[in-house]
Amino acid sequence: MFDFGILFPSVLNGLTTGAVYALIALGLTLIYGVLHIINFAHGASLMLALYGVYFLKERLGIDPYLALPIAMAGMFALGYGLQRIVINRAGHGKDENILLATLGISIVMENLALIFFKSDTRNIDTAYSLSTVAIGPAMIAVPKLVSFAGALVVSALLFWIMSRTDLGRAIRAVAKEKEGAKLMGIDVEHVYAMSFGIGLACLGAAACFLLPAYYVNPQVGGGFVLVAFTIVVLGGMGSFVGALVGGFLVGVVESLGGLYLGESLGQIGIFVIFIGVVLFRPEGMFGARA
Amino acid sequence: MHNRRQFMSQSAAVASAIAFPLVAGAQPKTVKVGVLHPVTGALAYSGQQCRLGAQLAIEDINKAGGIKSLGGAQIEALLGDAQSQPQAGAAEVEKMNEAGVSAIVGAFASAICLATTQAAAKYNLPHLVDVGVADQIVERGLKNTFRFGPGYRKSTEIAMANLLVLNKAAGSPAKTVMIVHEESLFGAGTAQLLSRELPGYGFEVREVVKHANPTRDFNNIVLRMKSVNPDIVIPANYYNEYALLVRTMQQQKVTPKAIFSVLGGAASSYKFVKEFPDAANGIIDCNHWFNPKDKRAQDLRKRVEAKGQFFSYEVFMTYTAMWVLADALERAKSTDRAAIIDALEKSTYANHIMPYGPTKFVNGQNEGAQPLMTQVVKNDIKVIIPRDYREVEPLFPMKA
Repeated sequence: MFDFGILFPSVLNGLTTGAVYALIALGLTLIYGVLHIINFAHGASLMLALYGVYFLKERLGIDPYLALPIAMAGMFALGYGLQRIVINRAGHGKDENILLATLGISIVMENLALIFFKSDTRNIDTAYSLSTVAIGPAMIAVPKLVSFAGALVVSALLFWIMSRTDLGRAIRAVAKEKEGAKLMGIDVEHVYAMSFGIGLACLGAAACFLLPAYYVNPQVGGGFVLVAFTIVVLGGMGSFVGALVGGFLVGVVESLGGLYLGESLGQIGIFVIFIGVVLFRPEGMFGARA
Repeated sequence: MHNRRQFMSQSAAVASAIAFPLVAGAQPKTVKVGVLHPVTGALAYSGQQCRLGAQLAIEDINKAGGIKSLGGAQIEALLGDAQSQPQAGAAEVEKMNEAGVSAIVGAFASAICLATTQAAAKYNLPHLVDVGVADQIVERGLKNTFRFGPGYRKSTEIAMANLLVLNKAAGSPAKTVMIVHEESLFGAGTAQLLSRELPGYGFEVREVVKHANPTRDFNNIVLRMKSVNPDIVIPANYYNEYALLVRTMQQQKVTPKAIFSVLGGAASSYKFVKEFPDAANGIIDCNHWFNPKDKRAQDLRKRVEAKGQFFSYEVFMTYTAMWVLADALERAKSTDRAAIIDALEKSTYANHIMPYGPTKFVNGQNEGAQPLMTQVVKNDIKVIIPRDYREVEPLFPMKA
């Protein structure tokens, strides 16, 4: 059972899943870091992105990987609009209101999806869905490999935006000291909306990488967002490095758990980690001590 | 006050006088039948196939003159969606009861059937179970519940006995087994039966793995399979997961001596054979199957295929269940629920396309119901056992 030929593929499998988890968690941690709210609509937004990619493939024949710019742009626009038009106005600057606004949005999104798309589980079939690549003793599915590489590229892009661009500097400034940033002439509302937009754009990318090897239904977001919350807490709230490392860690733990404890019980490892972190290191692996 | 009462009674009398001829003119020209399946959700494909079967049967029954003992009454389907959830199925039964159906045909999945038969029992509403293989469905003493097809106990016993025969004929090359099953009543129940009984037939059950519906990644399960290295893999799950499991096995280059399924969701499915011919080739299944020698079954298959659909077991199971009900309605000469139940209890319906012989319900279970053993051979599904229905010789084991 602890044979390398079994263990190695399982770890690789976990890393590839973890990359997508990391991408979802990056969006969540960015929004938290800047707006200081947990985006409860994260799962529902991912679900919408998955449907978007699904319909692009089924109706227009656009391959999920080619749909990447469309999905990211679309999700960015959705996020920007949501923050500017709905969340900001409904929030009146109070965190608890903003929290409820995102929760409300998620309920509306999921039920609209139920009305329009029904509760059917749908998936797409592509030519490469079942092709595999041999890495040592492991046979890794091509979509998983692409999602792994893609998630890394998108994360790198995000790091670059945050560290090298004016927008990134503005976002970091607002995250650290809102009033100060405002005094320096930074349009805080705009930065908020940009952050929310970028956060959701990560989901657009995640959706493109997920769909060839996964499925979509109106409830699909829930499972991911629970894992993403765990990763954000594990890595440290608002920490990008933390989200990335946490994503991979959780992916591997889940995969090994699935291998040794069975599919249903496999996720237990993730939540044991979660409870452990909250108990012993509440600021997370890469979070600053409060 | 007095005047108003008078007015009420008078107008009621007038109304009934006017209405009466209408009622008389509209003698029961239709019999409402609930057609209840999970047409959305995880089981949507199977549910829609069942519904297709029911609709084809109703079309045929009505075309052949409807229920003659009721003046040629036409069967009117009330379509219901159980949304792949037992509680949604039970809620649909309530609605159908309100709408005044005479009987219900459904509801494909075992867990849903358990809920719907029980909900229907409250109203003494006859419920014909079309698939629902869990034996609990007919073992709770519900007078309204009738199952035309075989349950999983019978199917598993037949499958195990035949596996032993196949294995012995080949010089007993297979000794170890791994079972992969879905987590609801059907999969868990079948797996439990198999793992309890298989050792008695001389097989060692190395591993039993459960998975959720839906599961979109079987890599871990297949990795386990690699390390366990069983001679025979027995899947007991629904279509999507069955197909994905077998495809992942192919992907990971896991080739057991046989893939042998008991009521496998995709193993004897023309859809699976067409979509993934390489993965499907050689798979043996013990499942619901029509009498291959009955020409009407072949005609029905052609009709279904002409509609661009696959002739899956769901289609012919629900198709036949609807005919069993029509036969009972004919003999009941009434849309009264108790009369229909009585007629079902006395059913000897034999004019069907299944290899069951005359119908005989004992405590709601059709005694003659039996599964057949099929194998995927050259992109088609052929009956291998029993001999009476055999189309090709079985190929076991797959790899020498």
